[in-house]
Amino acid sequence: MGKLQGLLFALATVVLVALATYYFTHPWLPPLKSDRGAIDHAIWLSLVVTGAVFILTNLLLAYFSWRYQDDGQTRAAYWHHNPSLEWAWTLVTAAIMCTFLFKALSLWAGITSDPPADAMLVEVTGQQFAWNVRYPGPDGMLGRTDHLLASQENPIGLDKSDPHSADDVLLLNQMVLPQDRPVRVQIRSMDVIHSFFLPNFRVKQDAVPGMTVQIWFTPTDTGDFEIACAEHCGLGHYRMRGQIHIVPPGAFDKALTDAAAQ
Amino acid sequence: MSTEVLRKPRGPGLDRGGPGGDGPGGEGGHGRGEPELFYDPARFGLWLFLGTLTMMFIGFTSAYMVRRLSPDWAPLKPPGLLWANTAVLLLSSGALEAARRRLRGWNVAGVGPWLLTTGVLGVLFLAGQLMAWKVLVARGYFVGSSPHNSFFYLLSGVHGVHLVGGLIWFAVVLVKARRLAYTPGEDGLGMFAIYWHFLAGLWVYLMFLLFVF
Amino acid sequence: MAHAPEAHAGAAHGHAEEAFIWKYVFSKNHRIIGIQYYVTAMVMALVAGLLAMLIRLQLAWPQKDWAFLAKIFPMGYDAGGGFGVMRPEFYAMLFTMHGTIMVFFVLSTAPVSGFGNLLIPLQTGARDMAFPFLNGLSFWTFLVGCVVILTSFFVGAGAAAGGWTAYPPLSALKGAVPGSETGQTLWIVGMVFFIASFTMGGLNFVTTIINLRTKGLTPLRMPMTLWAMFLVAVLGLLAFPALIAACIMLIFDRHFGTSFFLPTGLVLNNVPILGPDGKFLHQGGSPLLWQHLFWFLGHPEVYILMLPALGFTSDILATFARKPLFGYKSMVGAMWAIGGLSFIVWGHHMFVSGMNPYLAMAFAVGTILIAVPSAVKTFNWLATMRDARMRYKTPLLWALGVVSLFISGGLSGVWLAQSAPDIQLHDTMFVAAHFHLIMAGAALFGVFGATTYWFPKMFGRMMNDTLGKAHFWFTFVAYYCVFFPMHYIGIAGHMRRIYDPYQYEFLKPLQPINEFITIAALVLGASQILFFVNFFWSAFAGKKAEANPWEANGLEWTTASPPPHGNWPGEIPAVHRWPYEYANPAFPKDYVMQTEPLTESELKLIAAEGPTGHEH
Repeated sequence: MGKLQGLLFALATVVLVALATYYFTHPWLPPLKSDRGAIDHAIWLSLVVTGAVFILTNLLLAYFSWRYQDDGQTRAAYWHHNPSLEWAWTLVTAAIMCTFLFKALSLWAGITSDPPADAMLVEVTGQQFAWNVRYPGPDGMLGRTDHLLASQENPIGLDKSDPHSADDVLLLNQMVLPQDRPVRVQIRSMDVIHSFFLPNFRVKQDAVPGMTVQIWFTPTDTGDFEIACAEHCGLGHYRMRGQIHIVPPGAFDKALTDAAAQ
Repeated sequence: MSTEVLRKPRGPGLDRGGPGGDGPGGEGGHGRGEPELFYDPARFGLWLFLGTLTMMFIGFTSAYMVRRLSPDWAPLKPPGLLWANTAVLLLSSGALEAARRRLRGWNVAGVGPWLLTTGVLGVLFLAGQLMAWKVLVARGYFVGSSPHNSFFYLLSGVHGVHLVGGLIWFAVVLVKARRLAYTPGEDGLGMFAIYWHFLAGLWVYLMFLLFVF
Repeated sequence: MAHAPEAHAGAAHGHAEEAFIWKYVFSKNHRIIGIQYYVTAMVMALVAGLLAMLIRLQLAWPQKDWAFLAKIFPMGYDAGGGFGVMRPEFYAMLFTMHGTIMVFFVLSTAPVSGFGNLLIPLQTGARDMAFPFLNGLSFWTFLVGCVVILTSFFVGAGAAAGGWTAYPPLSALKGAVPGSETGQTLWIVGMVFFIASFTMGGLNFVTTIINLRTKGLTPLRMPMTLWAMFLVAVLGLLAFPALIAACIMLIFDRHFGTSFFLPTGLVLNNVPILGPDGKFLHQGGSPLLWQHLFWFLGHPEVYILMLPALGFTSDILATFARKPLFGYKSMVGAMWAIGGLSFIVWGHHMFVSGMNPYLAMAFAVGTILIAVPSAVKTFNWLATMRDARMRYKTPLLWALGVVSLFISGGLSGVWLAQSAPDIQLHDTMFVAAHFHLIMAGAALFGVFGATTYWFPKMFGRMMNDTLGKAHFWFTFVAYYCVFFPMHYIGIAGHMRRIYDPYQYEFLKPLQPINEFITIAALVLGASQILFFVNFFWSAFAGKKAEANPWEANGLEWTTASPPPHGNWPGEIPAVHRWPYEYANPAFPKDYVMQTEPLTESELKLIAAEGPTGHEH
């Protein structure tokens, strides 16, 4: 009876390793459509390294749990420390972690760096339960907003008296971007915290009322993709869905006009 | 077996024969020549509790500091009454020390009046705080009127709640003192004094944070 | 001051037999209080587990008509017109209260308040905790907190629904979600009671472990369980105050018109929230402030859940491996490192919150490094197993389960610790996989292991080993089936707290996986019946236990099962060695209890060569 349990645990662990390895090597990530491929690479590296550790430690766990069972006759070994071994595995782990740390910090610095000077500007304002997308229009400047002016017809409180507001293009739950052009997105919120999530672009940024947070990225492929809200924002959180269309650069102006007309 | 630790005030390091006094953890095991950390558990526990309270006020302080740096900060001018209240609380601590000293110095008769003074001044402080709130409200400074207001009401309110707890403890202390339950020559008032002085010191800190800094 | 400890113990107290109410209800005895906490936590676990089952049903089949559920929970299912489809606001309440109850009222309680109270006096060699009255008070305060939290389900608009993290403005604005009405207020009140109770417990734990250790019990002779309880109490005393401060400020924002967390310009349902003067009611507050304060508690909190399980695992593993714990000193050091680092990593919950990117970098440093002491612990457990002689009783299976979950859950943490990959993975089911495996799983398996192991000290009886093993296998397999696939759907972008994921095209293909998870979850839930049956049946009719049924070394095994009044009949034993003296060839038995005095040869050896490291 005792032998069975050890064997079972070992088997269960081996099965876990096999299934985990099999399924983790499926391509789960949504297809990448932006210049943030370095994130995918970091995820892949994490998978490889942690996967190797996962396999190794679990195989040891499995083997040990099966092999070192009580036989009712002999005693366990009495040793209980090994300073050189302990230093070794501590330092190796630390070295691996430091590598991850270094790579993580430089990747983060790149992603949170300032956008290129020619990046186009878009503003996204989340509210319960929709995404208000605003383009500055030909004058290149977003009109002033004043939340005191917010209403059913003017959800983001656009100040129509500001000359820069006249050419602003407003879309609801839609975003249109030209391929291969960097875009800086200013993310805001009217009410509670939302999170602007573009699964295919490796973009996610909380929309916090009282703050404007800017992120930037470059879409690299054309197509239609989804916008999701990734921060619980109330009972409509699940349907705060939008669509983002990446069009060839030449087709952008018309695509935007068409979208605004809807 | 249970409440001796709270009922019998003990000074620190008084008796290495049993750290909890006659408390349940005390007898039998510990203290027979064992050179580890040894404090009266009740006093040790009180210091831990003060540490926890301090952490909470550090949380409030960090919130205050961050808010303070915002451009829309509009400082509130404190009513003079608050300074008077501060003095009252400090005097209350002073009176408590006088009572404590007399108890340790075998002057049992002298304990009562000073202890009473402590309590009266404590109640006076609380009344003064409530009055200060009334003064501010009369001037139109409500709790939500500005961030400085909010923090003032918040911090003085939380402090006040803990002071009320202290006054309840004081009532117990007073009753015991009248029953002559405190041993002359010992520091029976020590535990209460630690808490009471903490509250006074905390109030001075809060005044500094809110109105001087 | 002289006293006669021998005369004090046992019946010579002069106590009359205590009335039932003072002995078992308003008890000041640590064992009874521990059991009270434990059983209350079990009840709360049933509630939170039920909530989880409802969540899973919804995620697998969102638009399904659950007529029979609508009868039981009419407020949650659109029962008008026979519809049994869950309401989104009910779903929000489900995940909020599942998280709140599980994290605080179950998994901070059962391992810490339950087993801590049971074991600390026994493992330190004390008659009871340092402050028995405060201990009893802490339990009743906790119970009030439970009642308040459970009551919140029945108020008008339902219980809190802003997530267990209660981020404002969602939790601060009453109109933002129905649960932010009275439900959120009761949530805050319940939490205040919980934190007060936990603080009282923490004072007791630290004071007892520092002050009341028996003669000879130096720190490096303390079992890992005791170290864990000590660190957990310190963490709690230092970290919970931040949440209490935040809760008080949230009450002010909700009820007194302040703006600690509420910024200028809030517009709800296209209507600006104005004060009587026509300007914005709230001005200048910061939602991020709440997040910082919450997670300053929140991160140490997850270690509060986990460290006791790690302590249990070390103790159980050594006992059933019949082998000393490998690397005891580095195990202690690793626990300190984890505890200490836990205070400087909280911002990793906030990488995409809008906080300063440089701050994010700082938090990433500590977060990535915390993997090192965690790895050390794992390797030490594996090394303990090598050349062991493992006896496969139920407690060992749970301890091995903890090791397995610690590996699985810990490694996914490495992914999340890197701030840029976290952009993709934050607020997805990948995070849910991570914390359910490492935090919830390790804590839960730790509690089950501790229960089966220390049951003799709770009730003087043994739990049924066969039933225990069956319970383990169902739970272990089902647990992995529920939470491991969440990694995959998380990488695929499946967000958290989503009432109906299949509104999104990119999530539609994942429904079969959600269905699989749900079925596994139902199996997991049903399997717990095995535990409840075993627990309650054994408590009353289990095989009577001897003092040391597992042939273990800790102080708790030197006294009867259950321990008598005063824990030891007579003098409290002194300690002479560490608790992991197994397999020493120089001794006739393969275990040497802590109370065994050093032998002649041991003393000679120490005189000649200094401490050998075996008695520490």
